[in-house]
Amino acid sequence: MLQVEELETAYGPIRALDGISFEVKQGSITAVLGANGAGKTSLLRTLSGLVRARAGRIRLDGRNIGQLPVERIVRLGMAHVPEGRGVISELSVEDNLRLGGLWRGGGGRDGLAGIYETFPRLAERGAQPASTLSGGERQMLVIGRALMSRPRLLLLDEPSLGLAPIVAAQIMRLVRDLRHDTGLTVLLVEQNAKAALSVADRGIVLSLGRIVADDDPRSLAADDALRHAYLGF
Amino acid sequence: MALPRRLDQTLLRHLLVAVVAGVALYLLTEALSPYDNLQLATMAYYFVAVAGLTVLTGQNGQISLGHGALMAVGAYATVKIQDAVSWPLAVVLLAASLVTAVSGALAGAAAARLRGPYLAGATLALAVGLPALATKFSGFLGGSNGLTVTPPIPPASLGATFPLERWQAWIACLAALATYVLLANLVRSGYGRAFRAVRDDEIAAQLAGFHVARTQIIAFVVSAACAGLAGGLLVVVTSLVAPGAFPLSLSVALLTGVILGGTGSLVGAVWGAAALVLVPTWADDASKALSLSANVQANLALAIYGVVLIGVMLAAPGGIQGALRGVGGLLQGFGEPRSRGPAPRAKEEERS
Amino acid sequence: MQRFVDLTLNGLSNGAVYAAVALSLVLIWRATRILNFAQAGMLMFTTFIAWTAIDHGASYWVGFAIALMSGLVLGALVERVIIRHVEGAPPLNAIIVTLGVLVLLQAVAGMIWGGNPRSFPPAFSIKGYEIGGRAVLFSPFDLFTVLVVGAVMAGVILLFTRTSLGLRMRAAAFAPEVARLVGVRVGHMFTVGWGLASVAGSLAGVLVAPSVFVAPNTFDAVLVFGFTAAVIGGLESPVGALVGGTALGLALSYVSGYWGAELVTLGALVILIAVLMVRPSGLFTRTQARRV
Repeated sequence: MLQVEELETAYGPIRALDGISFEVKQGSITAVLGANGAGKTSLLRTLSGLVRARAGRIRLDGRNIGQLPVERIVRLGMAHVPEGRGVISELSVEDNLRLGGLWRGGGGRDGLAGIYETFPRLAERGAQPASTLSGGERQMLVIGRALMSRPRLLLLDEPSLGLAPIVAAQIMRLVRDLRHDTGLTVLLVEQNAKAALSVADRGIVLSLGRIVADDDPRSLAADDALRHAYLGF
Repeated sequence: MALPRRLDQTLLRHLLVAVVAGVALYLLTEALSPYDNLQLATMAYYFVAVAGLTVLTGQNGQISLGHGALMAVGAYATVKIQDAVSWPLAVVLLAASLVTAVSGALAGAAAARLRGPYLAGATLALAVGLPALATKFSGFLGGSNGLTVTPPIPPASLGATFPLERWQAWIACLAALATYVLLANLVRSGYGRAFRAVRDDEIAAQLAGFHVARTQIIAFVVSAACAGLAGGLLVVVTSLVAPGAFPLSLSVALLTGVILGGTGSLVGAVWGAAALVLVPTWADDASKALSLSANVQANLALAIYGVVLIGVMLAAPGGIQGALRGVGGLLQGFGEPRSRGPAPRAKEEERS
Repeated sequence: MQRFVDLTLNGLSNGAVYAAVALSLVLIWRATRILNFAQAGMLMFTTFIAWTAIDHGASYWVGFAIALMSGLVLGALVERVIIRHVEGAPPLNAIIVTLGVLVLLQAVAGMIWGGNPRSFPPAFSIKGYEIGGRAVLFSPFDLFTVLVVGAVMAGVILLFTRTSLGLRMRAAAFAPEVARLVGVRVGHMFTVGWGLASVAGSLAGVLVAPSVFVAPNTFDAVLVFGFTAAVIGGLESPVGALVGGTALGLALSYVSGYWGAELVTLGALVILIAVLMVRPSGLFTRTQARRV
């Protein structure tokens, strides 16, 4: 579904991505792992167009999307939940959710009931300002908002950041269930490699902008040197 | 108190520049027609105002839209003082400048807590509101028609046929040279360092021991004193003071002069001041040559300022200082040595 | 006592005008974090356009509509062509650019219409209502002013809180990057924001024109008042603009009545400084810390 070829991204003289190539198959969960500064967030930001690649190609369903403006990306079926979650605190919970579905028309209400079913906690707090939500609820909110756009590919940037382990585990389970129930394809950036690998079909390890490993979770975990050097467990 | 050796040398250097410039100006005034001498005088008092504003905006990073109003203060003060006492002109101008400096202290104290757009808005209010005082106290300040003064008479020692305009040019140029020397020394002194430190990073400056609010007020006072002196010189040159001479567009024109000259450099202020005189002249000539209507002619210079302000900002998306160094660099030949230290950059507003 | 009532009523209708200008400043600030000093020039220009139409025989209401529509166009145009380039830049850039637009508009207006103040008709009679055999300082035109500004205010609030467009505009204003990720055309939202803001400004222009007369410089003061009102209410909130405008209108009416009309602008300056000293972020700003 997603093909990345020789992708290069730079911020001034700093090369954040230094020739990345990989493929994401439909219906899979792919974890992107590595230490801080390895390029994980830069990868997602380049894929969604927040940052323009300096070289390389990005193909979504065979279509080259590297030059498209950010606003177009969600219309092609790719939703990006950014680093830091991106909850709009000034808006209510419901407004945040509706925002996700606005591009499809209908005032963003189409599908809202379904999201409330999946996330009953959000239904309870619908009218409240999003600033009143806890960390875990915020993560659910932004995933719910992304789901409102009926994506086929979901980019998730560090969903477990700042969450208690039990809540993080909940989120991971949610991701797995989404894939299982709806066939959603997920590209999951995580520092918590163990949690990510527990739900992923495949893991890509980045270091200093390059891919150092691309394998299934069991093989990655079995490689002691790799685990200790890049995955932290 | 003995001056530190380096300051001594700096002072000498600036005095030397002033003397050389003074001689050049003297010769220039001999050669120019009366009308052109008035233009020169106008350029001189614009320099005084623009230089002061350069210190405030370029060196200290505070933007002011109110300096036209401060010129008005200096102008009215000059007229009223002259009416009241028969001091020599130099003393009158100094006194008027002092009066304006006091106003500047008040304004600066209020402004010291304001940043960016708020500061601009508050000084805008000053520019729009202050001239209205003349109509409020129309008995004292002459209302909307303003007050007239007799022009300064050249001393008898120069001869009975000494042209008035040349004398006016001498006064203005002398004041401009004195201002240059004082400001140039200020910029090189500890005060100047304080201005720039606060401009570049308030918090770092505070940690380094600079008193931020006091520094900003001092910068305001200095620039206000310059504006006041410029206002007084305006009276010397035009023999008239009226609220209509100090609209908001004057303050914007001064700012344009600062930007054209490249903020931060006093020599740049010369170019800025020259532009403020030459642009209207060229605009007038162009209007006549192209047979443009009177309305167009009257507004062409202002339109050019607007285009310059917009254009300079659009052409320099990276920041004001970059383009300004560029434009200023284009217009400057040999300039006064720039301040040492990190390259000046626009003072970022803190988004609270 | 009668004087007080008069001044109060007068303050309310003036306050409505200030609130409209404040609203336009608030809308632009919220959308693009820019203080639009050019607003004085923009509303002056659209008022001149309306004046020209009326002068050529159009009815008042046609002129009124032309003012508002040209405001929409002018605001959108200025944002798209000029302001777009300084939206991410340091604030000093935007200040300078809007000043440039201000003087450019004043100069062009001077070129087209000259400097002589023109008279502009009011929508309704400016003769005060008779209450108890005495005319109060509140006329049908004043009533219209208050009502129409109130209606516009309500309309703007409804737009923001009830419509999809409003939701998109709020998202674009609060979190432009996140908004892009969910498909909001943030650039368009900024243009719409400026257009709407300019309509509010143009409204203020035609409402205040009968008293200040129409000339390139006669609207500078109303910018100062609008800015002060916006600061009082906090630059973030349309409701704040309404409250700030009303408060300022009342305060300045008393200043004008008891001390003299010429001191009004300086009075605004004093109030402005006082508010900025005490509560730099205004009365209605939300807490600034944004969690994500």
